[in-house]
Amino acid sequence: MAKSNEPIVWSLFSAGGVLTALTVPALIVLLGFAMPLGWITPSFEHVDGLVGHWLTKLFVVALVSLGLFHWAHRFRFTLVDIGLKSLDTLIAVVCYGGAIVGTGVAIYVVWL
Amino acid sequence: MSKPYTPPMPRNWWNKNSAYRLFMLRELSSVFVALFVLELLCFVSQVGQGEAAMDRFITSLENPIYLIYHVVVLAFALLHSITWFNLTPKVMVIRRGEERVPDVLVAGSNYVACLAVSLLLWWIVRG
Amino acid sequence: MPDEKITLEILRYHPETDEKPSFQTFEVPYHEDWVVLDAINWIKEHVDGTLTYRWSCRMGVCGSCGMMVNGTPRLTCAVFLNEFHPEPIKVEPLAYFPIERDLVTVMDSFMEKLQSVKPWLIRNEGEEKPLEEGEYLQSPAELASFKQFSMCINCMLCYAACPVTGLESEFVGPAAIALGMRYNRDSRDQGREQRQEVIASHDAIWNCTFVGECSVVCPKNVDPAGAIQQAKVESTIDWYTSLLPWTKK
Repeated sequence: MAKSNEPIVWSLFSAGGVLTALTVPALIVLLGFAMPLGWITPSFEHVDGLVGHWLTKLFVVALVSLGLFHWAHRFRFTLVDIGLKSLDTLIAVVCYGGAIVGTGVAIYVVWL
Repeated sequence: MSKPYTPPMPRNWWNKNSAYRLFMLRELSSVFVALFVLELLCFVSQVGQGEAAMDRFITSLENPIYLIYHVVVLAFALLHSITWFNLTPKVMVIRRGEERVPDVLVAGSNYVACLAVSLLLWWIVRG
Repeated sequence: MPDEKITLEILRYHPETDEKPSFQTFEVPYHEDWVVLDAINWIKEHVDGTLTYRWSCRMGVCGSCGMMVNGTPRLTCAVFLNEFHPEPIKVEPLAYFPIERDLVTVMDSFMEKLQSVKPWLIRNEGEEKPLEEGEYLQSPAELASFKQFSMCINCMLCYAACPVTGLESEFVGPAAIALGMRYNRDSRDQGREQRQEVIASHDAIWNCTFVGECSVVCPKNVDPAGAIQQAKVESTIDWYTSLLPWTKK
């Protein structure tokens, strides 16, 4: 009954959209401004403990993976819409492939 | 005699009016969001390499170039969040009988959730 | 102000003689209570009887008089001259459709796409209620679930606002999908399965990138963009539930 397989990538795109919309602005403020400019000064032990927690690892993998799939789907359609429709298959492979690779890298990084 | 004329679709169709331009910026915001999640991953990996690595990473972000870069990234991330939340009432229609939950409540609850999550993240990270 | 004028720049196209369309400028009397359609009718009556265009009810319910007014798809019976006066007004046929003549577009593709979503009530074989049993009853809540999508007057402003219709000639488009959803959501209908072939396909909902302009220009607040996104959610849920071993395929 699966008439089209778009639902898989669309649901990844949507999940990525929701997760990034809710969390990325605050994370940018934290990493890009609060820590470098000293608005917050967490100790290394605190950050290390935080990063080592399984919940954080899960969150990081989910954010990276879904964030990349969100980009992949949106970017693919953007490229098609600006006239690269004939390269759609290649674009899809590069975009979704990139997201899959990124997911793998994220899992690898948190594993260590 | 019928000889219909088909106007060609211009390559720069997306630049023809402000709505299309905003749409294109919204789509491109996904690039900056993707770049940031990868940056976050780098940070996590540096933390894994020890205190010196983490400090080096954070210190390098003090560079004004990175500060300006993060302003741009934040602007696009906010564009994504705001457009996403504002479109949610069209995607998720909640009805009780004949009445439909007002759009402003559906969108508003997303903003509230974002604020709550942001405060939580701040509280968790600050140590 | 009896002598006030306003300038209309109208796209003309005569297939017998022209290779491509070109603009022609007209000076039209300006009246506070005139709409663009009034100005076009005045031109046809007093200046150039060959000006060709569609119109009918002149009150925003028939959907015939849609045109690009200063680059935006509008019902010309609903756009007042005083919205632009004293600036000139550019009038062109609806975007992303072939031009037959002057302001008349070739609508055939839309008619085919509309027909493809089977915009009528479908009952399963043998489940048609006999007349003696009376009408199908429907609660106000059941009506509310599809009423908005039923308000479409087929004016095609949404197609003229949607860049995907310009990019993909096979795109089923906002109005047709919204009307398909109108029937899918109708409690009296049993035809959703039949419509999904068309609606849940690459040429329909999955071609939409939610630009959202279709809903912005719709004169009847149908919100076709919403209809399409809701269709995406429903199709996605369908897709995942069809993976579950205990659901019927």
